[in-house]
Parts: sequence; C-alpha cells; structure tokens
Amino acid sequence: MTLLTGWGRTAPTSATLARPGSADEVAALLKETAAPGTGRGLIARGLGRAYGDAAQNAGGTVLDCTALPASWTLDPEAGEVTASAGTSLHDLMTALVPRGWFVPVTPGTRYVTVGGAIAADVHGKNHHVDSSFGAHLRSLTLVTADGGARVLGPDDDLFWATVGGMGLTGVIVEATFSCVPIETSRMRVDVERTRDLDETLDVMTTTDDRYRYTVAWIDLMARGSRTGRSVLTRGDHATRGEVRGDPLAFAPRPRLVAPPWVPDGLLNRATVAAFNAVWYGKAPNARRGLIQGITPFFHPLDGVGEWNRMYGSRGLVQYQFVVPFGAEDTLRRVVSTLSARRIVSFLTVLKRFGAGTPGMLSFPIPGWTLALDIPTGQRGLAGLLRGFDEWVVAAGGRLYLAKDSRMPASVMAASYPRLDEWRAIRDAADPDGLFRSDLARRLCL
Amino acid sequence: MRNALGSVDTVLLLGGRSEIGLAIVTRLVRDGASRVMLAARGGTVPEEELERLRALGAEVHVTDFDAARPETHGDLVDEAAATLGDLDVVIPAFGVLGSQAAYDKDPEAAARDVAVNFGGHVSVGLAAARRLREQGHGTLVVLSSVAGVRVRRANFVYGSAKAGLDGFAQGLGDALHGSGARVLVVRPGFVIGRMTEGMTPAPMSVTVDVVADAVMEALRSRAQVVWVPAKLRPAFAVMRLLPRAIWRRMPR
Ligand SMILES: Cc1cc2nc3c(=O)[nH]c(=O)nc-3n(C[C@H](O)[C@H](O)[C@H](O)COP(=O)(O)OP(=O)(O)OC[C@H]3O[C@@H](n4cnc5c(N)ncnc54)[C@H](O)[C@@H]3O)c2cc1C
Ligand SMILES: NC(=O)c1ccc[n+]([C@@H]2O[C@H](COP(=O)([O-])OP(=O)(O)OC[C@H]3O[C@@H](n4cnc5c(N)ncnc54)[C@H](OP(=O)(O)O)[C@@H]3O)[C@@H](O)[C@H]2O)c1
Repeated sequence: MTLLTGWGRTAPTSATLARPGSADEVAALLKETAAPGTGRGLIARGLGRAYGDAAQNAGGTVLDCTALPASWTLDPEAGEVTASAGTSLHDLMTALVPRGWFVPVTPGTRYVTVGGAIAADVHGKNHHVDSSFGAHLRSLTLVTADGGARVLGPDDDLFWATVGGMGLTGVIVEATFSCVPIETSRMRVDVERTRDLDETLDVMTTTDDRYRYTVAWIDLMARGSRTGRSVLTRGDHATRGEVRGDPLAFAPRPRLVAPPWVPDGLLNRATVAAFNAVWYGKAPNARRGLIQGITPFFHPLDGVGEWNRMYGSRGLVQYQFVVPFGAEDTLRRVVSTLSARRIVSFLTVLKRFGAGTPGMLSFPIPGWTLALDIPTGQRGLAGLLRGFDEWVVAAGGRLYLAKDSRMPASVMAASYPRLDEWRAIRDAADPDGLFRSDLARRLCL
Repeated sequence: MRNALGSVDTVLLLGGRSEIGLAIVTRLVRDGASRVMLAARGGTVPEEELERLRALGAEVHVTDFDAARPETHGDLVDEAAATLGDLDVVIPAFGVLGSQAAYDKDPEAAARDVAVNFGGHVSVGLAAARRLREQGHGTLVVLSSVAGVRVRRANFVYGSAKAGLDGFAQGLGDALHGSGARVLVVRPGFVIGRMTEGMTPAPMSVTVDVVADAVMEALRSRAQVVWVPAKLRPAFAVMRLLPRAIWRRMPR
C-alpha cells in the first residue's frame, strides 16, 4: 500500500499502486481488479498535479500511468501529435519546440501528463482564444471497464464524458491532438499594472483579444481603494525576426528542489504580503515587447521542484471557480472579502475564459475564473469557502475538479448541470462502478 | 471521505448517548457530515438528540450496542459500514466512572467496568481499525483520560483501565501508520458533565464543549494526541516526576 495525496498534500489515503507498462497490461489489470470480492475499484493517476483527491483511491488500486512509456509521433503535414497518455507535456515540449511546434494548451505547469490534461480538460492562458485541451483533441484510446480498448473521437458521447471526466470513464492510453506551429521558443510579452479590480476587468475585457495568451495576477494583500490591483501579463509567440540566437532553442535547466522539510507557517501573512508587494512593486507600470522564454512566461513555478512543500505539513488548498460574464459582482465580492479578511493566498490568478468544450464535466465556461492558493490551517477558512461556494453557484458558476479538495457534494450537483447526462454515459461504459476515486466518493459522482 | 479541511461525510459513535461523543458528532455534522450512526445500549437515543442532528441535515441511524459483549463488535462495525459506507470517523465514547470506594467493596463490579473501559475499547478498536485499514483512510478517536497518564490512588481502577486504553490506542496508531487510517488519542482532564455530576471539579477542569472543540481542531490537523486543556500536557510532564510518596497523598 502506498500513501498518496494530490499536489496540495492534504487528505492522504492509501492504495495499491500498479505500474502498467503497456495498454495490454492496463487491460489485464482492469480484469484483475474487476474480479469479484476486490471491491474498491481503480483510478488512473498521472503526475499527481491535481491539487485534491482526483488521482487517489483509498483502499483500492491506483494505476500510475507515468509507467506507460513516454512516446510521441509528430505528423507535420496535419500538425498533429500522437502521444501515449503517460507522456508529460514537459517531455513533449522538449521534443516539439525545437522542431517548431507547441502544445495547443499548457497549464501553469508542464509537469502534467497527456492523460491528466485530457481527464481535467485543462486550460491555459490562451483559453479566451483557443478554449481548453479537449478542443484540440482529435481522438483518444480509452481502455474501459470491460478491458477493451476503444478509439473515440469528437462524435462519440463517451469521448466528451472522458474529456473532463477525471478518469472515471476508463484509462486513456493514447491520444492525438493538433499542435501549434511556432517560429521561435520565445514569447513577446506586454506587462502592465492596474490600480484596482475594476481597471483589471476593464483592461482585460477591452484588450485581451489582441493577445493569444493573457493572465492577471492579483495582489490580494492590497486593501481599500487598491483592492484587486493586478499585474497583467499578456503575450504571443515571438517571430523569428524578434529573437537573437537559435530561434527554437529550448533546453530547460535542471530544477532546484524544495527541501523535504519546511517549517510550518513559512508562508504566513507577513511573508506573503511582502512577496506580493515586491512582485507588484517590481512590475513596470507598462512594459511592451519584452522577450521571455517559455518557462518564465508559462511555468514560472516549474523552476523549483516540489514547491508545494513550502506550504508545510498541512498543505494547501486551491480554490478555483468560474462565473459567467455578467457576474462580475460575485468576483468583486470574493476579492474584496478575501482582502478584507486578510486571507493569505500566495498566488491569485484571474483569467478570462472563452468558449467551453462539449465535455460534460469540463470546467471552463465563458466568464471569469479566479484561482487562489491558500495554505490550510487559517482560521475560518472552511466557512469562508463554503460561503464563496454559495455565491458562485448562485451566479451560475462552478469549481474546478482538478483543483478541488473540499467542496460539498451538494455544490457539485448544483453547479454542473450536465452531471446526470455524464453519469448515464459513465454508467453505460462502467456498469459495475470499477472506476472510483476519492474525489468521486467525496462528491458522490 | 475526509476533505482537505477536515470535513467528513460519515461518523460512527459507540456509546451513542455519551455527552462528549454527541457534542463531537454535532460539530462534525455542522461541518458537513451527512450520515451518522449512534450505537447505544438498548438501541435508543433520546428523541431530542436525534431531532437536533436531523435538523442540522444529517441522516441518523440508531443501533444496539453493548461494550461488554465483544463477540458482537465485529458485526457492529460491518453493519455500520453497510449503512454508512466508508467510516470516516469512529468514536468509541463509552465508559463508566465508578467510585473507587465501591470498587473496593465489589471486585466483580470493578472487573466488569474495566471490561467496558478497556476490554470493550480493544475489541471495538481492533474491529474498526481493520475496516479503516481496508478502506485506506479514516480516523479512530479514542477518549482516553489524564486519569490514565499517571494512575492515582483515588481512582486507580478507572485510571488503570484508561492507562491500558491509552497504551492500546498509541500502539494501534503506530500499527496503522502508513495505512491512511489514524488514531487520535484524546486526553481530557476533569470534564464538567454528566459523568462527573455531583463531583467537585478538579483544577483545570473543562466543559464538554471545550473537549469537543479541541477534538475538532485536532481532526483538522494531523495531530495524534490532544490534551484538553492543552496546559495539562506540561502539568502532567511535571506530575509524572513527582515521587510516589507525594503522589500517593493526592487527595483525588
Ligand atoms: C502549479 C500548477 C499549475 C496548474 N495550472 C493549471 C492551469 O493553468 N490550468 C489547468 O487547467 N490546470 C492547472 N493545473 C492542474 C493540472 O493541470 C491538472 O490537475 C492535470 O490534470 C494534472 O495532470 P496529471 O498528469 O498530474 O494528473 P493527475 O493529477 O495525476 O490526475 C488528474 C486527473 O486525471 C486523471 N488521469 C490522469 N491520467 C489519466 C489517464 N491516463 N487516463 C484517465 N484519466 C487520467 C486522474 O484520474 C485524475 O482524475 C495546475 C496544477 C499545478 C500543480
Ligand atoms: N467526563 C469526564 O470527566 C471524562 C474525562 C476524561 C475522559 N472521559 C471519557 O470520555 C468518554 C465519554 O464520556 P462522557 O463524558 O461523554 O460520559 P457519558 O455521557 O456518561 O457517556 C458515557 C457513555 O458510555 C455508555 N456506556 C457505558 N457502559 C456501556 C456499555 N457497556 N455499552 C455501551 N455503552 C456504555 C453510557 O451509556 P448509558 O447512556 O446507557 O449510561 C454513556 O452513554 C468516556 O470514555 C469517558 O471515560 C470522560
């Protein structure tokens, strides 16, 4: 038995960890687990970057898909890549970027697997233009509860139950998705500061569409008239003429790793406030045409491995919600409440979402998404977030399953209108409920 | 399942009318627990307690349970798991506080109470632990007592049973290490409540609510032991060192 948590390092549970080396071994494992009397099911796990309990299965089996050999092939004519589900976006980028291709969507870390990117239907800074990962997916191979491998495409219901389906429809073993041609491995970036939340929303609303990639970092420690002041970082892939040296060079340096033991309370109000003030302070009022590498622009946190240890033994909670356009008041209320209550959130990120995918449990809908990184153990945190849940649900919004580690099942049911439709398709593909996770138990999926 | 902030879905209380036990259950329900089983002698729990928990939104089941009948404890845990699903928190809160003077006169009664205060916890604890280990998560809350930290002349039958229980709970916690399940040992001092009715509160006594709040806080963290009040811990560090000659004269 192995004790597992998500990236937030909360709520550990133990499971039998299996490491299948091929799709056939996946199928064999499913048959074994389905044998009568074994009872607690199975779930796939990628690189464990989901913050909560999505890739945990207490008392059951967890299938470590990083054991599936990383492999990929590029079809430059079609602009498509076929990769095994255990391949990380880091490996893919290391291989593709020097060849002039970029992944269609990358989350804030590239240490996620292709399987995890599909199962969570991940979004990136380009969501307002390019939607989420599922929108670029041409086909996927899913090993279902009966042990059979099915090749699915966007015309299949099971495809859209799997995109965003958090591993509960089966084990993805391979996928084909389109890629983005790039001239360089660098980004051309504009940075600007805003005075408050209204200005942030206004600038994003009016000018986001000029950029492929945008995000706002909010200084939650600022209060009063400065509440919601932000640093906007927006950019596009740089063109050949804009960079010096090898235009497609991409060789990420080996990473620092946070020490395994960090004193609890390292990230407290004082240190986070200081960090936030420095970050805001060092950002220029406006700077245009900055040339940046992929890592600083897309994955600034990837510079330090295991940085989640910095949050101490109690771990951290990510709270990410989306509310539709028109519900800006909800967003304002959340931000001003957090500022007023002086809740410590290390990184608070605001992003405008564009069109969603047909994924039934896919998170993004057109609107505003806010992500908070909160060390647990702050007084009154549970009640505060429960309150936010209600506001988000009332506004027609929802929480992101890949980040969630605490929402009540009732909030899930009230905020994902297509849950029953998803359940019906899942039940048909997995009639005996072989695929189970702690997340599924907690949210009664 | 326990969530990241320590809220759970299910609770099993053994000694279903225990004042401290019900205070903890109430808090867990307020915090989100939706299914509760109260296991009490005779299978009854006062209606107002049930109503109160139901009004807070929980589905409440009541079942018969006798701590003095270890042969039934395995089935009871199975029944609870069948009714509730995974057992997120199990609280054996049964216990009897007899008077030492009465025990001196009735050795058989003393042995019977020890069988509840210690033996009952062993069979219930092991049965629950097996289940928690299988499900890969869950917390067993053991209500020990400072009476067992250093046994006093004034109540050494009760105290020695608690000493046994405390050791058992620590051992069980170690046995479960790495299994995803854990044991939380609670060491209250004098608790002003039903069990101690008519007795003069000892120094540093606390109310039932204080105990329940401390247990909740400990459940949210990864604590393995909680003293209530917390200052009993340093106090007992000193008391453990007192010479026998002095300790023997402790009035209570
Ligand atoms: C620093 C950081 C930044 C992040 N930023 C973003 C962001 O900007 N946008 C975003 O969308 N997300 C973001 N995330 C979340 C992350 O992208 C998702 O949680 C992603 O699913 C993690 O992939 P993984 O391979 O680690 O999967 P895991 O965390 O191991 O698993 C996540 C889910 O995918 C399922 N799964 C994994 N592999 C398979 C498979 N082969 N078949 C079927 N199901 C599978 C699991 O069952 C589980 O439900 C971020 C996470 C971190 C740590
Ligand atoms: N109160 C204190 O000062 C104090 C201090 C430290 C530790 N503790 C411990 O905390 C726990 C809870 O105590 P409490 O304060 O909540 O006392 P309580 O209200 O008296 O609860 C004890 C419960 O145990 C039940 N019980 C006794 N024998 C039983 C048996 N054979 N089978 C099933 N149930 C039985 C009693 O049932 P009935 O309702 O039928 O009587 C009663 O409901 C006990 O283990 C106690 O030792 C208490």
